[in-house]
Amino acid sequence: MTNLELQKRANEVRKGIVTAVHSAKAGHPGGSLSAADMFTYLYFEEMNIDPKNPKWEERDRFVLSKGHTAPGLYSVLANKEYFPIEDLKTLRKLGSYLQGHPCMQETPGVDMSSGSLGQGISVAVGMALAGKMDNKDYRVYTLLGDGEIQEGQVWEAAMFAGARKLDNLVVIVDNNGLQIDGKVEDVCSVYPIDKKFEAFNFKTINIDGHNFDEIRKALAEAKETKGMPTAIVMHTIKGKDVSFMENNAGWHGKAPNDEEYATAMADLDKISEQLEKAGEV
Amino acid sequence: MADVKKIATRESYGNALADCGKDFPNLVVLDADLAGATKTSIFQKAFPDRHIDCGIAECNMTGIAAGLATCGKVPFISSFAMFAAGRNFEQVRNSIGYPHLNVKIGATHAGITVGEDGATHQCNEDIALMRTIPGMTVIVPSDDVEAKAAVRAAIEMEGPVYLRFGRAAVPVINDKPDYKFEIGKGVVLKEGTDVSIIATGICVEGALGAAEMLSADGISAEVVNIHTIKPIDEELVVATAEKTGKVFTVEEHSVIGGLGSAVCDVLSENAPTKVIKIGMYDKFGESGSAGALVEKYGLDAKGIYAKVKENL
Repeated sequence: MTNLELQKRANEVRKGIVTAVHSAKAGHPGGSLSAADMFTYLYFEEMNIDPKNPKWEERDRFVLSKGHTAPGLYSVLANKEYFPIEDLKTLRKLGSYLQGHPCMQETPGVDMSSGSLGQGISVAVGMALAGKMDNKDYRVYTLLGDGEIQEGQVWEAAMFAGARKLDNLVVIVDNNGLQIDGKVEDVCSVYPIDKKFEAFNFKTINIDGHNFDEIRKALAEAKETKGMPTAIVMHTIKGKDVSFMENNAGWHGKAPNDEEYATAMADLDKISEQLEKAGEV
Repeated sequence: MADVKKIATRESYGNALADCGKDFPNLVVLDADLAGATKTSIFQKAFPDRHIDCGIAECNMTGIAAGLATCGKVPFISSFAMFAAGRNFEQVRNSIGYPHLNVKIGATHAGITVGEDGATHQCNEDIALMRTIPGMTVIVPSDDVEAKAAVRAAIEMEGPVYLRFGRAAVPVINDKPDYKFEIGKGVVLKEGTDVSIIATGICVEGALGAAEMLSADGISAEVVNIHTIKPIDEELVVATAEKTGKVFTVEEHSVIGGLGSAVCDVLSENAPTKVIKIGMYDKFGESGSAGALVEKYGLDAKGIYAKVKENL
């Protein structure tokens, strides 16, 4: 896909996120929006997957270690036609297969249940290890929050992945700089993130997580890297593209009311128009 | 008197894994720097490529096992019960229990018979923790024969299983031609009419000894081995309670949340019966030899006998 096509798709993914969280009257829009471009790239360009056969054994795997950003994952899965986009509106409702945090038994396309921070990366490591043991070609991607890496288990997993040279594993850290209680550096600084992963024997790459050229290049580099796993630290804006949510920790885990929802959709519709125009040039 | 063969159930665990390795190519075994103690080293020797030492990082080991299970492996994770169930509780609940993944937890060094290491390593809470997790099967084998059968049965079933093994060598009591192990099915080891002694794990042998002592006093005790705490054999628990009208439970575990509680859960709803729980009475253990500790805390034949006599 061209960058413009990816941008258009990412904008649709963002609309799905905002719509789902608004309908649920709860959920985590901020970190879903910051990772929307990466979600889009992974599912529309990077990963070897088949939405018609979600359990296909040879598929690439994705573990959403920062499971609270389920709306982002659900929205990209819906866009990829794992299930109908309309169903995003059932998010968090009684009886819905779209649970508040990802549930692999309920939702087609979800490779692992997650939500308790720090645990998803270990599971991704296990999947990568299984691939190595069985000489499979599939790759494993996991997305972590920057606040999440305060969990000690993340570093247990990183140590193991580095020691075992799991070059089929890509760890992506969504460095939007904000966690529930405020700025990551104020709550308990995780910086430098790249140097930490480097010390755990990872290839590390810093990128702008909203730039598809950089995302494309980083993931290609990860694929070429042999003998060590890759960590991509993507610098992002929490709440990206919804004006009043951007860089505001208050939108970590809060749903927009009707008026705010209208504003958010207007913001995203405006971006749609701009992207359409860009396409006409 | 002929020598009674003694073997620690952790040893049986290691042997069973090595034995099953040939039959189940997807079986993989994970350890956290305790392969020598948990005896997974026996499997490691036979199948080095399928043994993964994760280092001293039990929580990560648990997640790795979950990931392996999603890719079709049948992983066992091994550590001391204190860490496998205690430190790890939330990882087991969320990464294994909630997605109902096919991971088996081989927890060794359970209970006070850890001995000299003392209270920090004597886990008397693991049965309680594990049986609260929806879909978790909890098995506490009583000897070598049962431990080996339990490992195989755990591999043959789909879904998470917690298996509890001990450090100390214990007598082999199930070495009989008609022995049959079935998950969820308790075993009447001795018929009786006056009291029921329901025991699990290494306390089964003590219960049998106590029954013998009681018999010398003219008291007929029925001894039931409940190796599967969850799902518990409700039918058998109710039947023995209705038969004798008085139940004693014995476990090398806290009386809060373990076998005794599971039996009470069954009886309070189906056949209200007086139940006296024998176990660790809301106390931490301490250093000492396994034998000395079992005696001090009343979990040997003598202790069980005394408790029954006291409460007749």
